[in-house]
Amino acid sequence: MSTARRPRAVAGGALVVLALVPLLVSANVADMLTRVLAFALLAVGLDLLAGVGGLPSLGQAAPFGVGAYTAALLGKHVTTVGPVQLVAAAAAGAGLAAAVGWLLVRSRGTYFLMLTLAVGEIVHELADRWEGVTGGTNGLAGVPPITLYPGGAPVRLAGVLYWYVLAAALAGAGALWVVSRSAFGRTLRGVRDNEERMRSLGYRTFLPRYAVFCIAGAAAGAAGSLWAAQARFVSPADLGFEVSALALLAVVIGGRGSLWGAALGAAVVVLVREALSPQLGGRGPLVLGLVFVAAVYLLPRGFAGIRLRRPRSIA
Amino acid sequence: MPAWLSDNLVTVVDGVAFGVLLFTIAVGLSLVFGIMDVLNLAHGALYLVGAYLAVRFAGDGQAGLGAFLVAGLAAVAVGAAAGAGLAVMTRPLAGRGHLDQALLTLGVALVVGDLLSARFGNDVQSVPPPAFLAGSVGIAGHDYPSYRLAVIVAGLVLAVLVWLLVERTRVGALVRATVADAPMVRALGVDTGRLVVAVFAFGVVLACLGGVLGAPVLGAYPGLDERVLILGLVVVVLGGLGSVSGAFLGAMVVGQVEALGVSLLPQYASFLVFGTMAVVLLLRPTGILGRAGRSR
Repeated sequence: MSTARRPRAVAGGALVVLALVPLLVSANVADMLTRVLAFALLAVGLDLLAGVGGLPSLGQAAPFGVGAYTAALLGKHVTTVGPVQLVAAAAAGAGLAAAVGWLLVRSRGTYFLMLTLAVGEIVHELADRWEGVTGGTNGLAGVPPITLYPGGAPVRLAGVLYWYVLAAALAGAGALWVVSRSAFGRTLRGVRDNEERMRSLGYRTFLPRYAVFCIAGAAAGAAGSLWAAQARFVSPADLGFEVSALALLAVVIGGRGSLWGAALGAAVVVLVREALSPQLGGRGPLVLGLVFVAAVYLLPRGFAGIRLRRPRSIA
Repeated sequence: MPAWLSDNLVTVVDGVAFGVLLFTIAVGLSLVFGIMDVLNLAHGALYLVGAYLAVRFAGDGQAGLGAFLVAGLAAVAVGAAAGAGLAVMTRPLAGRGHLDQALLTLGVALVVGDLLSARFGNDVQSVPPPAFLAGSVGIAGHDYPSYRLAVIVAGLVLAVLVWLLVERTRVGALVRATVADAPMVRALGVDTGRLVVAVFAFGVVLACLGGVLGAPVLGAYPGLDERVLILGLVVVVLGGLGSVSGAFLGAMVVGQVEALGVSLLPQYASFLVFGTMAVVLLLRPTGILGRAGRSR
């Protein structure tokens, strides 16, 4: 097999394995993998923003949580149709990003980190306080199971829900991948690497930054709806700082800018957290902190640094 | 005196006390950012270390000034060691972007916060003020805790000392020069590496001292680290990065907004702080005292 085809074969093999998972594992494991897929979509969107666009956000839990609340509220009060919730949640995430991004993407570097962190905290605070809508600190419990189409049966089987989330996450990640490979993606890399030069070439650098912020917001919102479809419960913890930090960790250990690395990173983060947390007796933050420190030193380029073919000049 | 002011004077003084505590956090964040371009997310956890030092040495109820001085000295020692350690840890990451530094310091913050809650538990710990400051004094007809006035005095003294150090000494001039143009300072033969370690240690010492000072007012509990960190970041953004007077001004503004907000508009208090930040950023993207044209 030539080296050029190997990534395609690996990707195809991975897809087959992903699709067969519900036939091979128990319902609990399928549920966990469903959460992995939802979180992976969040991480891939953040990778497009941070890795390709050069805008590392510490507040990506905000559109994620807004999407989750949107889906849960729709499910409780309006419609249980999953794809409708998905689209509405993506729109809500994009809407939040569009509202705050107008101000945020004018900042650079550390300023951007601080401002996104602040926005994440405000939205978290809002979820805590706005009890009439969000249920306050108790969260929204009793979200009904989704249906796949209007009038369809509620999806109660873990495997079927997994397939739905897999299809949605693949569609979302595929769209993000297309964006990253498009002319727009190359513009983003240009702005990330040398904004001055892009500006002197005649690009308006504000617009691509703003657009990628909104796209990442939409991906996070969609991921939130997938998360809510599995958990069927949303609380302010879902848009807490820890979610933002874990998503960034997934991007960093996956390797910035590759998108598939972030998905892999998300899998590692969720699996480690869920598999380890019961055995640690509440010492989760300690282990998580050590993982952060270790990841920064030991995986400077993440999994994506492990090459399947010769590195090309385009990062 | 206008009626509004006499009604709310106590709240305004509270805001000043909270403001000087925020200054101890923000000035370290601001200088570390200015000189190294590092966002130190562990800063709030180190404030909490200071607060728990006060719990450890002066938390038993009959502590005098001596116990607070011991806690303060411990805070200086721990803060200097932790700051120097963080400076050494972040140095290999220079040039790898803000994300790695933020994640590293976040990891440190998680570890420190978890170790503190393992040692001191998850309950809110309160620290009584030293005996001779335990009473209250009358301000405009209201009783006001004298310890908070002492916090204001101590905080202002600290702020003046920091200002003199940064604006009026040779080392301070080097720090400001490094904030403005680090490669040029290096080209002139100054070891900016040592300077960076010193500034980092200095900033963390201030945060730890702020924790000791603030313990009788704010207490010590898991989650306080995140709260002071976020308010400190708001202060820094408001005041402009890398400037001592900016950090002071920002801290005073946030202290007032927070205290008056909690007292007058309790529903919207936390949004007011961030709303103020958004307005300032819209009008002056580099902060109130930030220099224009500096975009990193």
